[in-house]
Amino acid sequence: MIPAPFQYIRADTVDGLLGALTEHGDDAKILAGGMSLIPLMKFRLAVPTVVVDAGRLSELRYVRDGGDHIAVGALTRHRDLETNELLGAECGVLRAVAAEVGDNQVRHRGTIGGSVAHGDSASDLPAVLLALDANFVIRGPGGERVVNAANFFTGYFETVIAPDEVLTEIRVPKSGPRGFSYQKFNRRAQDWAIVGSVAVRAGGTTRVGLVNMGATPLRARGVEAALAEGASATDAAGAAAEGTEPSADINATAEYRGHLARVLTRRALEAMV
Amino acid sequence: MQIGMTVNGVVHGHDVEARTLLVAYLRESCALTGTKVGCDTSSCGACTVLVDGESVKSCTMLAAQADGAAITTVEGLADGPNWHAIQTAFHEQHGLQCGYCTAGMMMAAVGFLAENPDPTDREVRLGLEGNLCRCTGYQNIVASVLAAADTMRAQ
Repeated sequence: MIPAPFQYIRADTVDGLLGALTEHGDDAKILAGGMSLIPLMKFRLAVPTVVVDAGRLSELRYVRDGGDHIAVGALTRHRDLETNELLGAECGVLRAVAAEVGDNQVRHRGTIGGSVAHGDSASDLPAVLLALDANFVIRGPGGERVVNAANFFTGYFETVIAPDEVLTEIRVPKSGPRGFSYQKFNRRAQDWAIVGSVAVRAGGTTRVGLVNMGATPLRARGVEAALAEGASATDAAGAAAEGTEPSADINATAEYRGHLARVLTRRALEAMV
Repeated sequence: MQIGMTVNGVVHGHDVEARTLLVAYLRESCALTGTKVGCDTSSCGACTVLVDGESVKSCTMLAAQADGAAITTVEGLADGPNWHAIQTAFHEQHGLQCGYCTAGMMMAAVGFLAENPDPTDREVRLGLEGNLCRCTGYQNIVASVLAAADTMRAQ
């Protein structure tokens, strides 16, 4: 399979990338690691006429201590995350889940920003960043804006990023060592999660994120509320599918996805240390 | 567009369409057909090569993205008549049957062993999760990688 023809532009700076987006608008797609976009282009599900390659913008590949948060450059690769010591100390869940994405080859190329901007609710990292209450830095022709994860994902493969904007940084609030567990269910090791559930303890509260339980990554608010009222892991996890509208596909019915959400959330709550 | 890269130590340069995938560039422009296309959907790993030392699936990378990079394919493993340790191990441990996945399997293994020179059986299995084999049941592939790891550490 071969993508449809397109014009290839290699961005050397973020400003250059923004200039290309302004010039080509909706016709252009940003290429980061390409682990989602290139398969879509091969299947001709995405047919951009201009591809702006951001892959060499090393200025967006970093993990830094930002004071009250950890700042992760959008082009930081999954492999960078899974081997990063600062993340290990301050945000172990992000490091651990990055190691669950795809396979070695995918993690060598795929980026955190690409995964987030792609907006696939079946991806591992978006639900984790939602549970971590992360903030996303978006740059456009008018300057920079910061959007909280709760307001970032708007629908199937849709986010608040406009066609002339680019995601540049992910900010994860610091809270020192904390308990977490990510439970991912799939048939083959390298596959997307049929359903995933991540539990993160922050301060005295526990937050739960769900993978592939609807159009966007979700917080399991019912579970969080039950835990806050002192419910056991088993009882709280019973609310995991409340308010969700998971899709049905070859891997699972919507009803089965609800079952998986409850089971995986219970396991995540029990395994969280 | 004009691109160039070093493949197995040899400098290549070609005028290609922007949509050319790295695996097509290696097979058709560089005439290095050791790298195979299996699923063509980034699942099976038969097309695995090393790009600047890291394993990638060359069916899911544009040749343009590899412009200027150093690529290693299965043809670049042996040193003249002397096989690479991973090739010897696959031969001695019977790590293949039909052989279609083998080039990608060995390249994924070489990339993995560079990152983890002394892996456990389980770590080898996780390290090769991006490569599918439909003949062997993986037992002998894992044995091959562990044997190669022993040899490479002793070298």
